[in-house]
Amino acid sequence: MIESPASEPVIDLQDVWFRFDDGPPVLEGIDLRVPDKEFIGVVGPNAGGKSTLLKIILGLYQPCRGRVKVLGNSPSRARSRIGYVPQYPSFSRDFPTDVLHAVLMGRLGLSGGFGGYSENDRNRAREAMAETEIESLAGRHINTLSGGQLQRVLVARALVCEPRILLLDEPTSNIDQRVETDIFDYLREFNQRMTIVVVSHDIGFISKYVDRVACLNRTLICHDTADIDGRTIQELYGTDVQMVSHRH
Amino acid sequence: MEFTAALLEHRFLQLAVLASLMASICCGMVGTYVVVKRMGYLAGGIAHTVLGGIGAAVYFGFPAMSGALATAVAAALVLGCIKLYWREQEDVLIGALWAVGMAAGVIFIAKSPGYQVDLMTYLFGNILLVSPGQIWLMLALNLCLVVVILLYFKQFEAIAFDEEFARLRGLPVTALYLVLLCLIAVSVVVLVQIVGLILVIALLTLPAAISQQYVYNIAHMMVLSTIITALFCVSGLALSYGPDLPAGATIILVAAFTYLASTLVVRWRR
Repeated sequence: MIESPASEPVIDLQDVWFRFDDGPPVLEGIDLRVPDKEFIGVVGPNAGGKSTLLKIILGLYQPCRGRVKVLGNSPSRARSRIGYVPQYPSFSRDFPTDVLHAVLMGRLGLSGGFGGYSENDRNRAREAMAETEIESLAGRHINTLSGGQLQRVLVARALVCEPRILLLDEPTSNIDQRVETDIFDYLREFNQRMTIVVVSHDIGFISKYVDRVACLNRTLICHDTADIDGRTIQELYGTDVQMVSHRH
Repeated sequence: MEFTAALLEHRFLQLAVLASLMASICCGMVGTYVVVKRMGYLAGGIAHTVLGGIGAAVYFGFPAMSGALATAVAAALVLGCIKLYWREQEDVLIGALWAVGMAAGVIFIAKSPGYQVDLMTYLFGNILLVSPGQIWLMLALNLCLVVVILLYFKQFEAIAFDEEFARLRGLPVTALYLVLLCLIAVSVVVLVQIVGLILVIALLTLPAAISQQYVYNIAHMMVLSTIITALFCVSGLALSYGPDLPAGATIILVAAFTYLASTLVVRWRR
């Protein structure tokens, strides 16, 4: 490699197009370069392709055109270094497992191949649970958690993967405002050691935290939050943004 | 009382109890996955298809259980692939394979030369006719199941819990899923002699479903379901002994009534 790893983007999308089967394009010509340790927000209307974009970065969907590189590799090879927090838990809440075991799942692929989880795995899981303040819930059945608590479980599970990139899909959609602020406060802390991509519908809120906002509605336009310091958040992200996202 | 006295006296009853314990191990462990991953219909498909293999084995002069094992594993792989790659036709195809297996089995058995095999035994089981050889076979199959499950415990738990996340963590989800279906196939073969192909599905689901009402952990569920299955089998056997009822069917009814009672109790307590 000619470039030093620091200057190379950790996520690099070039002219990425995506459609489901024969449907209309969901993403059109997406160019996105995310440098290391950036905290970037992806906003846009429902069905604008936000979750699809995350799944392309994860290699769960293959673009029909364009190039995707994550940590200098194909997404499926880089996947083990990505922590992913889905919008909706992709599991059934009545599954017989407690918080500790749900979080431990993030150790898969890092832990040994055979048998159960090691003591080291458990310690890592407890550390991640401490960071998201859910240690006291360790033995609770996942069915008994509130929306906010479950959200923290999902974040802890992504953290024990020891990720270099953390992807969050609408982390605040099912929880109340106070918890929402908490989540972004600790995301800012995690940002010291990892790149964070957060998808949200609430641009006014996330712009207080992120370095850059990517506006996605089939096509993608980036706005640097530093560029718009002079104006108030309300002006920019309250009403105008709706218009911006419609115009794309 | 009558049963306890007879148990001490008759070797066939002792063998039947031993067979019940063998059945409970695979029901407890594999049944847990069937219930939490909601694979009841697939397990039913595998079980019924097995009759085709048994029939073919009998017709061509092989041991019936070798045919059962081969067909069960083949059916598991075929049904697994249908589930994975042909989702839109899943219902139809599983139902069709289910019936085709039974039909082929019935024809093979009807046309088998020499002695007429008792079709009823394969369909509904006969725990009182278990031979020591079959107990050894069950023991061997159970050992395979236990070893595979313990080795890949966290992987199976992961794909049962959250397939998408397991895939993101780099697990070979498809392969693990097919192995899981093969485990179901092996359990079906273990259980054929006890309750028969048709009733297998009840023992693979009801005990685990009852345990799920009380414990919140896969390993605990496995242990509790094993104990519950053993209780069902032995009590069903004992209940059927006096009035000379078919043992397999009695076991299933005991399981079903207990499930119903347990569900009502759990609902009522909430």
